[in-house]
Amino acid sequence: MRIAIMATCLGDALFPDVVRATVTLLTRLGHEVVFPAGQTCCGQMHVNTGYLKEALPVVRHHVEVFSEADYDVAVAPSGSCVGSVRHQHAMVARRAGDTALTERAVAVASRTYELSELLVDVLGVTDVGAYYPHRVTYHPTCHSLRMLRVGDKPMQLLRAVEGIDLVELPQAEQCCGFGGTFALKNADTSSAMLADKIGNVLEVRPDVCSAGDASCLMHIGGGLSRLGSGVHTVHLAQILAATREQPVGAA
Amino acid sequence: MTTFLGVPLRRHAHAPESPLRGTESFPQAARRELANPQLRANLAHATATIRAKRAAVVGELADWEALRDSGSAIKADVMARLPELLEQFEAAFTARGGTVHWAADADEANRIVTELVRATGADEVIKIKSMATQEIGLNEYLEEQGIAAVETDLAELIVQLGHDKPSHILVPAIHRNRTEIRDIFVSEMTGVVEGLTDDPRELAMAARTHLRRKFLSARVAVSGANFGIADTGTLCVVESEGNGRMCLTLPDTLITVMGIEKLLPTFADLEVFLQLLPRSSTGERMNPYTSLWSGVTPGDGPQDLHVVLLDNGRTNALADEVGRAALHCIRCSACLNVCPVYERTGGHAYGSVYPGPIGAVLTPQLTGMQGHDDPNASLPYASSLCGACYDACPVKINIPELLVELRARSVDDERGGMPGGWDAAMKAASWVMSDPKRFAAAEKGLQLGRIVAGRDRKISTLPPPLSGWTQSRDLPAPPAQTFRAWWRETHPEEQA
Repeated sequence: MRIAIMATCLGDALFPDVVRATVTLLTRLGHEVVFPAGQTCCGQMHVNTGYLKEALPVVRHHVEVFSEADYDVAVAPSGSCVGSVRHQHAMVARRAGDTALTERAVAVASRTYELSELLVDVLGVTDVGAYYPHRVTYHPTCHSLRMLRVGDKPMQLLRAVEGIDLVELPQAEQCCGFGGTFALKNADTSSAMLADKIGNVLEVRPDVCSAGDASCLMHIGGGLSRLGSGVHTVHLAQILAATREQPVGAA
Repeated sequence: MTTFLGVPLRRHAHAPESPLRGTESFPQAARRELANPQLRANLAHATATIRAKRAAVVGELADWEALRDSGSAIKADVMARLPELLEQFEAAFTARGGTVHWAADADEANRIVTELVRATGADEVIKIKSMATQEIGLNEYLEEQGIAAVETDLAELIVQLGHDKPSHILVPAIHRNRTEIRDIFVSEMTGVVEGLTDDPRELAMAARTHLRRKFLSARVAVSGANFGIADTGTLCVVESEGNGRMCLTLPDTLITVMGIEKLLPTFADLEVFLQLLPRSSTGERMNPYTSLWSGVTPGDGPQDLHVVLLDNGRTNALADEVGRAALHCIRCSACLNVCPVYERTGGHAYGSVYPGPIGAVLTPQLTGMQGHDDPNASLPYASSLCGACYDACPVKINIPELLVELRARSVDDERGGMPGGWDAAMKAASWVMSDPKRFAAAEKGLQLGRIVAGRDRKISTLPPPLSGWTQSRDLPAPPAQTFRAWWRETHPEEQA
């Protein structure tokens, strides 16, 4: 299958390892990976902060890039960016009264998937042949869980990883407190939510806290780093991309 | 489609300590509440307990999702035909011997209730816990008029005796623990037994003794209503303690204040809501007391029956898509109990009698958002948009989507004035992110972050507004190479 990578702005600029791991994984599974040139950002930050007028050109750009590129399905290693494509792009276009853009946005959204969805639902694989001999706990992330309803697909994938010691995260479904600009606009509340999330992570003493969203991991990882906890954050894509031959260190 | 009931829009001036508007923004108020470790511990314990109970009883129903759909559909129908249903309710309630009053706003509702109480000659009323009367500040108004309003719901009584404000729609004293309650009883109740402990049974007995005196002497009761049935003119109150039933049956005069959105079209519709409400709110299969009254029965129960139909911003809300969706709310408070923001800050941070996720939608709808200095304009941002509220809502109100829409309106309302820091940042980001060349240039700028980060490759201090981030978390240094640059390097054949 010809799979287009949606790197996401955060993945591209701050977490290229996560996007590279996605490429490595899909290539290993025998697929052709393309990177639609000119892609930037999904515009979620603008939408969620209430700047819908400013979101419009960003959404329009994403829809154009992903309408014109040649691929079967697109994938992003981010539940929240895929959530934005699926649930916000058409809304932004509709609110601006642009029918043509609305239709194109719906079409792009219909073939854009989050990584675990792509692997389990589209490619029909749960064992991706990964090897990761570390103690891992998994934070399911709000938008994967409740916007995309990925369910336990990430856990199905992780359970099939050889050598992994998977431990359940207490109160896993509670938000880590990131919420995009919420972390800045309501910094105190966000920090309180983060403190509780980190408390739950540390309770199960993992080597690694993983998730399907680089943004949530940036938040949780930022807190773990501040505490000097020694627990690392590693994206689901990186764990699934890891093999005996090409291990992925805890980044 | 718009529905307009003909009630004029009344813009409320910024009244400090109004029941629907606090005096400071959510982030400011939250900061203070977060600093109280006892409050956070009480809230975490209480919400976790209610969440678990709710999940268990909801899990028992195979048709829970279908019930939610039914509840949502009935509410949509009510909002679409509200004027017609209100008239039907008025006719049926009047035909059965009740009197209907219409109140455009809080002042008018308070005046109507006061006049009705005065007409009886009473200087004290007993009250059933009610959000509508809290919303209009009835207790305070009556007190100014020389009429004492005595709350009979145990939690509401704790709040009243503690000279406190409720912090939860259903469990107003959720922020208090047993020891705090014991202290309030000892200092505020007359005739408390010597050496009262914080044993729940002892506390309940003390409240019972206190309230029984009130029940037996009161001639007037004031209630809210969970539902009003249009076709039969019936009012309905569901409760757990039986205090409500005492108020509804013992006094001669009963005055009910009900928001106009509380109607259900037919008696049969109760079937859906009497399943949805108790499971969502208290985590019970059925609430212990369900009281229904339809008019006056000679010699049995109140002989003088009134209902005050309260608008107070609802018509404005109804004329608007977000507002109309918010008016579906049946005040079960399930969204509060699952909200990670509410769990940390408690209800007082919202500055309104309607706290939590639904309060963040409903409050600005009822009052309007009057510029960025209005504390209520900060409420739509009091959410990480995690979506737990939407999943919990028994009538499927898409709260995260409504919050985003309200944020957009708040931003749009401010356009044309002096652009603030956020406006400038969002405009700049939009300019950068809608063009790949500008985006790539901005990524180059990120390299500066590598210098800031230094050798440990993490950033621990940033200037405002980003300092909000670094107060509790580090930021990783930007990588040496973006994904885009790596791709270009490894796929030279694509650089045509």
